[in-house]
Amino acid sequence: MTPDLAPPAQHFWSRALANRSFFVGFIITAVVVMMAAVSYVWTPFDVTELNIAGKLKAPSTLHWFGTDHFGRDIFSMIMVGARNSIAVALVAVIIGIGIGVPVGCWAAARGGFLDEALMRGNDIIFAFPALLSAVMITAVFGPGAINAIIAIGIFNIPVFARLARGAALALWTREFILAARVAGKGRALITAEHIVPNMANLIIVQGTVAFALGIIQEAGLAYVGLGTQPPFPSWGKMLNEAQTMMSFAPHMAIVPGLAIVITVLGLNLLGDGLRDVLDPHLSRERT
Amino acid sequence: MSKLRRIAVAALMTTALMPMVEASTALAAKTSLTMGMVLEPPHLDPTAGAPAAIDEVVYSNLFEGLTRIGSKGEVLPGLAERWDVSEDGKTYTFHLRKGVKFHDGTDFDASDVKFSFDRARAEESTNAQKGLFAGIENIETVDPATVKITLKSAAGSFLFNLGWGDAVIVAPESAEGNKAKPIGTGPFKFGNWVKGASVDLVRNDAYWGDKVSLEKATFRFISDPAAALSSMLAGDVDAFANFPAPESIPQLKADPRFKVVVGSTEGETILTTNNTKPPFNDVRVRRAIAHAIDRQAIIDGAMFGLGTPIGTHFAPHHPAYVNLVDRYPLDLEGAKKLLAEAGHPDGFKATLKLPPPSYARRGGEIIAAQLRKIGIELEIIPVEWGVWVPEVFKGKDFDLTIVSHTEPQDIGIYGKEGYYFNYTSDAFNDVMAKMNSETDEAKRYGLMGEGQKIITEDAVNGYLFQLAKAGVWNAKINGLWENSPIQANDLTGVSWSD
Repeated sequence: MTPDLAPPAQHFWSRALANRSFFVGFIITAVVVMMAAVSYVWTPFDVTELNIAGKLKAPSTLHWFGTDHFGRDIFSMIMVGARNSIAVALVAVIIGIGIGVPVGCWAAARGGFLDEALMRGNDIIFAFPALLSAVMITAVFGPGAINAIIAIGIFNIPVFARLARGAALALWTREFILAARVAGKGRALITAEHIVPNMANLIIVQGTVAFALGIIQEAGLAYVGLGTQPPFPSWGKMLNEAQTMMSFAPHMAIVPGLAIVITVLGLNLLGDGLRDVLDPHLSRERT
Repeated sequence: MSKLRRIAVAALMTTALMPMVEASTALAAKTSLTMGMVLEPPHLDPTAGAPAAIDEVVYSNLFEGLTRIGSKGEVLPGLAERWDVSEDGKTYTFHLRKGVKFHDGTDFDASDVKFSFDRARAEESTNAQKGLFAGIENIETVDPATVKITLKSAAGSFLFNLGWGDAVIVAPESAEGNKAKPIGTGPFKFGNWVKGASVDLVRNDAYWGDKVSLEKATFRFISDPAAALSSMLAGDVDAFANFPAPESIPQLKADPRFKVVVGSTEGETILTTNNTKPPFNDVRVRRAIAHAIDRQAIIDGAMFGLGTPIGTHFAPHHPAYVNLVDRYPLDLEGAKKLLAEAGHPDGFKATLKLPPPSYARRGGEIIAAQLRKIGIELEIIPVEWGVWVPEVFKGKDFDLTIVSHTEPQDIGIYGKEGYYFNYTSDAFNDVMAKMNSETDEAKRYGLMGEGQKIITEDAVNGYLFQLAKAGVWNAKINGLWENSPIQANDLTGVSWSD
């Protein structure tokens, strides 16, 4: 191993931009995020304004993606819907990391009975199909964006807990940790100072994957009517509304469908790319 | 297993014989029918529940009343062959059909009629339309084939009322079990009920009248409009008396396999308003809402043009209907002024609970957008029927909701104490009392008109549109109803042509 002398940030970007997956994924994700951000200040049309007379118009120069059954501009809805998808998925990932990583680290640090108990509890949550359980949660507490976030977030917890525990267990056997222990540092301090920073890359990569899954799950919940409620547009709800109109207004289904596919694809590419870039061992083995 | 095998063999043979059969066109007409319905009935006793879905399965098919409502809303003889009405209009003598048996083999006679009506109007009765029987003073069984009913005062609508699903004749031996295993006198008997999926009726070969041509009728419950469309296109369902996806009607119309008939229903679709809950207890607020609603936009947006605007709680095809559509023209400035007068210059927030039908879910989104223009922010809360009935209809826990009232001539609900929109008006009650004791039809209609004007003047609810009945069925089916004068899917006259 030769020591790297370049500053870490510059080092990261130069390698990242050379990675094709990362590059494409990054561009797509950036466009989606930009669209969502711009929608706060500007959309071509007001998404809460209905124009029944202008309903079901095919894509044109005025309405880039056409209009829906209420005459709303679909491009504007996609923009605002992106905001919703990103917010729900992002908060759900933060919940997963925020709770899952400490739980996993704790289990790895203590071991024994506590480890068993935490991980089996984890398995129980993990065993439920996530979407089904999300449906259950929103059915009990009522539909809405907040409950969708909680539902998806809960099922991110075991994913990150498992990942963190596995990574932490591997780290605990390493010499530098042993050195820290010999130096008299406590388990909590070692976890905070050495374990977590060393698994950060792994968490970030998993985070992008969970983020992509979150977008799909949010769309799924909204599709069955349990996600974001009207008048706020959401991609899943747009798909649901389109399904009986597919034969005469296919753009209503194609546009939000593509939005979901492209966003998820972008995030997965970004995640793949990040893994290659952040894990020097892997990329070196490849080259 | 054997049934499956038989089907498999039959399928194989049909495929093999297809060219031959086509050549000889000797294929016998189908004798079963699968009818799609959006809602599943909670049980199958029409005398113990309000949901239209109950009547839509059993009315005329399984249960019969003394009179029967025909496809045009006319009163036809049912279990009563004929009747005499006394001079003063207070005494009805019904001459019953002889030789009628219930599906369990017990005989039908005058005592069953007395039992059914006494049960329906009893104190502890769970009949959803007790008002139909409120005018009955006395029921007397003259002989097994004759029943004499005396009314407190003459009532012009009595014969029509007896044709409601809530007034069907049940037997004392089986009445208690009718919810799960209905026993009636109709041309079909109960076959099987797969909860959540379908109810089967089979032909009653011991029927007193003309046998029906269908051997089996299946009601399948499909609440999802997209699933309804695909099951129709795939031929899994032969007919939808009321197709749930109006946007698909042009597509189905263009398909030669199907017949599409747009008829009328008794369904007044209204923005039900909780009249005792502030700020809706202020008539100015309700009028402001009425001024802000653009009915045509709702009909076009939610129903793709199917529906007739209404200005009051009455069916436009009824002779007593008064056109009050222009009482509250679309006027946003006027609406805002009314709101300001009522002390809400900046509008207010409220909730809008929406049951599953698309007229409600889509109509609700449109109404929320329309009311937003005058400053009323509605939070949309979608609810399932299982929640809507106990919470909104029975619990009266709501601000606004959208629903279609499909009972015929049901303006009387505005005088019903404790009804879910919490409206009370002495003026209206007086008019209804007068109407109920009036036998002259023209005068009755006049009083009905007065009642309509009172509720519109008070803007009790937002009056939106008369629900259309978009019937879609296989082009080879004959005899399905084009309109819905009463909640029913009467299959007694249905047959397949070859």
